[in-house]
Amino acid sequence: MTAVSLPPPGRAAAPAARRARRRSAALGVLAWAAGIGFCLPALWMALTSLHSETDAAANPPALTASLTLDGYRAFFGADGGPTPWPSLLNSLSASALSTVLVLLLALPAAYALSIRPVRKWRDVMFFFLSTKMLPVVAGLLPIYLFAKNAGLLDNIWLLVILYTSMNLPIAVWMMQSFLADVPVSIIEAAQVDGARLPTVLARVVAPVAAPGIAATALICFIFSWNELLFARVLTGVAAQTAPVYLTGFVTSQGLFLAQLCAASVVVSLPVLAAGYAAQDKLVQGLSLGAVK
Amino acid sequence: MSTLAAPRAAAPPAGPPPSGGGPGGGPGPRRGGVRAWATRAPLLPALVFLIAVTQLPFAATLVISLFDWNSLSPDERAFAGFANYAEVFTDESLRESVLTTVLLTASVVIVSVVLGLLLALLLDRTFAGRGIVRTLLITPFLIVPVSAALLFKHALYNPEYGLLNGAWSWIASLFGSDSPAQPDWISDMPLTAVVAALVWQWTPFMMLILLAGLQSRPAEVMEAARLDGASNWQTFRYLTLPHLRRYLELGILLGSIYIVQNFDAVFTLTSGGLGTANLPYSIYQTFYQAHEYGLASAAGVVVVLGTIVIATFALRVVSSLFSEEVSRS
Amino acid sequence: MSARRRAHTGRTRAVQTVAAAAAIALLAGCAGAGGAAGGGDGDGLNVLMVNNPQMADLQKLTAEHFTKKTGIKVNFTVLPENDVRDKISQDFANQAGQYDIATISNYEVPFYSKNGWLHALDGHVEEDKEFDQSDILPPLRDSLTADGKLYAQPFYGESSFLMYRKDVFDKHGLTMPDEPTWQEVADLAAKADRAESDMKGICLRGLPGWGQLIAPLTTVVNTMGGTWFDKDWKPQLTSPEFTKATEFYVDLVRKHGQAGAAQSGYTECLNNMTQGKTAMWYDATAAAGSLEAPDSPVKGKIGYVPAPVEKTKSSGWLYTWAWGVQKASKNTDDAWKFISWASGKEYEQLVGEQLGWAKVPAGKRSSTYANPDYRKAASAHADVTEEAIASANAKSPGVQPRPAPGIQFVGIPEFTDLGTKVSQEISAAIAGRQSVAEALQKSQKLAEKVAEEYR
Repeated sequence: MTAVSLPPPGRAAAPAARRARRRSAALGVLAWAAGIGFCLPALWMALTSLHSETDAAANPPALTASLTLDGYRAFFGADGGPTPWPSLLNSLSASALSTVLVLLLALPAAYALSIRPVRKWRDVMFFFLSTKMLPVVAGLLPIYLFAKNAGLLDNIWLLVILYTSMNLPIAVWMMQSFLADVPVSIIEAAQVDGARLPTVLARVVAPVAAPGIAATALICFIFSWNELLFARVLTGVAAQTAPVYLTGFVTSQGLFLAQLCAASVVVSLPVLAAGYAAQDKLVQGLSLGAVK
Repeated sequence: MSTLAAPRAAAPPAGPPPSGGGPGGGPGPRRGGVRAWATRAPLLPALVFLIAVTQLPFAATLVISLFDWNSLSPDERAFAGFANYAEVFTDESLRESVLTTVLLTASVVIVSVVLGLLLALLLDRTFAGRGIVRTLLITPFLIVPVSAALLFKHALYNPEYGLLNGAWSWIASLFGSDSPAQPDWISDMPLTAVVAALVWQWTPFMMLILLAGLQSRPAEVMEAARLDGASNWQTFRYLTLPHLRRYLELGILLGSIYIVQNFDAVFTLTSGGLGTANLPYSIYQTFYQAHEYGLASAAGVVVVLGTIVIATFALRVVSSLFSEEVSRS
Repeated sequence: MSARRRAHTGRTRAVQTVAAAAAIALLAGCAGAGGAAGGGDGDGLNVLMVNNPQMADLQKLTAEHFTKKTGIKVNFTVLPENDVRDKISQDFANQAGQYDIATISNYEVPFYSKNGWLHALDGHVEEDKEFDQSDILPPLRDSLTADGKLYAQPFYGESSFLMYRKDVFDKHGLTMPDEPTWQEVADLAAKADRAESDMKGICLRGLPGWGQLIAPLTTVVNTMGGTWFDKDWKPQLTSPEFTKATEFYVDLVRKHGQAGAAQSGYTECLNNMTQGKTAMWYDATAAAGSLEAPDSPVKGKIGYVPAPVEKTKSSGWLYTWAWGVQKASKNTDDAWKFISWASGKEYEQLVGEQLGWAKVPAGKRSSTYANPDYRKAASAHADVTEEAIASANAKSPGVQPRPAPGIQFVGIPEFTDLGTKVSQEISAAIAGRQSVAEALQKSQKLAEKVAEEYR
């Protein structure tokens, strides 16, 4: 991401330049304050997760209390309680698999919507987006009944399919705009050489559009990882995902704030890591590829 | 059902845009048909998949909505015609949740867009540690929504040991007050509490989109405006804002799509109590707590129809912006 | 060229589909370990239970003391109370069979069994002499029996009583009567309020949910002469008695109750009591186990008296978390083995020895109250609890005949929804967002709708 604001031209009057510098510094400080302020709840969560339960529930807040990993130990079942590993693994497989599936479906679709567009391709695009607007809850009951009769309840594959349909529209939109950037000439060159569509997609389109595909994948992964409603209703023992595990974490055992914060940190960590590592991709993805 | 009769009016027949100078401009009708199918082929898996997974359940919902079906009284399932619909339209709490949904969505989207714009403007400058500040700012968006809601409910809003009251009593004690007021945030302002938690999560999203918009401004135009002596405000008002329009609309569209459907925050923070039950939560409750399958389905159908009407309208507005993008590419 | 491309794209779809399928199959292989095991009848027993402390203890002890001995693996799903009820009713109503066993209660048993969702346990009880069914307290046994068949086995039972800080009362010259009335409790709450810094007079549930706010409130309604429905299914929520009781409850908690009352349930009140933030607490007898636990800061400082009354002789509720076996379960024999272990005498002994006698899931067996070890640990509350459970009368808890059984609930399936919606209205009144009269008027309308089905 390149900085846009240019250095002030040399012929600007000196006092004006100084004023501008001072103003700029003030705005920099303001930006820092906003950044820290916005992050504060998350930082508080991280800090609380390292406190003992008694310090976590102190009022006024115990900022300087000694740190401990007890919250994390309890969350990972050190005292013989349940461990979150199965649910974390479930979340990971559901999110990763559905992301792969989304990409497999969206890439050819985007090809047919931008590189060699079908007639009325824009209507198709809007149809895709319109499915995103349907309230998910309205379809929940039939899906539940179908899953029950098909023996798919509590099955990770059901979530994979649902998450794929949930993310496909946005993915198609994003990919469409990314693929619009792929020079048609190189595709034609490949086709003249006799390459078939899958080859073209894999060998020519995908490498060129790789940053865009990565951005799409990241966003799909985040939305799948975060999903709660489907997972809550459709999973039980075997396929329970991490967000559902989290909601079950509000215990009646009295003090639990530190453990809860530890749990929240752990569950958010994969998304945080991926998001931090690929910030620029995130920007690209969210703006549906409008940033070149 | 919901093929939104997309923006045909708004989008004049721009023709298939540059398809790489597809050869053979005017194929015969028969050949054209075959070719069209060949072009469509890559699209079909995604289309068929999406129709199967999102439209078929809806057809089932339609059928179920005609039955009086409470799964707790399985023996009394019977065809009920439109009785469920009559109940949906006379149900006061459902009407209230429509209002709540509108209020919740509009306030979250508006506040987070405005905040996001301010933050994006701050970030669109060079200063020491800009990368770090951006990282800090996107953090809320990367926290799992359930975690965020639990964090707000227990670690921030809790009247006994939440950070808000804790910080307040700490500040008050600096001024010598022993027993400062300790408001009960969720009970006193339930909807605001939900909105605040959602704004916290969605502002970074808006900021990222708008930042992308700011950075795609043509540098030479901005520079020219500056050299012409345009004030900052004038540059913002007459250059930046028009340029950002597309990005603003994109943010509003995506934000609305996701926030209208929000379930996690309402479910976790208030469990739909204190007048915060939005439509997704109300339907969820009818289905999952009352087990009124027929009624829940009817409510779902009505919501879908309502959404289609609003979405068609919204998309007509938005579509102008996307066609602009098309002509650009 | 276009002909060639046509040929291409013609084949393309097939190739593409195959490629996609292959990729997915490959991934499936990798992800299999990640828990793609579907269906509910895999290996082991699937148990769905509420996340109360007693269940958390059970979860910790199961692998070591049950699975090792019997070879039966147990998979637990643990959820908060309101959520667990929704999940259980969904799974059982559809006979989806995801769970073999769930923690149900005396509320669900009558209509679950009527709908044929539960596996009757009589046969197992008959064979398993060691379990000693006659040891189970009669009110619990009755409440889990329908049409002469036993459908669930209690894990622990509870009534409600009033807990108060003896030390604080002594220090400030307050006396708790042996059998207090609600008016006396309200007066004491006013005096105890702010007696210590940071200490409120009383803690009462205000959290929406029929298992939360509605439970203590309905016992107050009962003893003040009110009822949800009269015997002809006429809703009575706006009757003078119901209104008076609700106003009493809301006033008390607003004036002398805990901060954040509208958002606090059992957990929050337990927290307040443990942290010394309230002088009294009216709630489940099971709370005593947590308050008297070895690491509790208020251990030994608390007095226990029966649920306050007005017009009735007793007013405590009757509730039990009990193991119900889903009809669709394919592991009923294993399920019984688990129940027999978890609800057996041996398990109480195990908890007593390993975790402390205060943590025993009590309130279900008369032998518990004869056990000297338990009596020693629970001397402050054992007798009050046993007496409260014994005197609970689920058929007629109020001053008038009722159309359905239940003390702190109305034993009909619609009550989950009705109770929850009404609780949201009353919770809003506790938060000061509307008057009690408004809340009850709306509630009356909701109750009318339910009553229509029964008249």
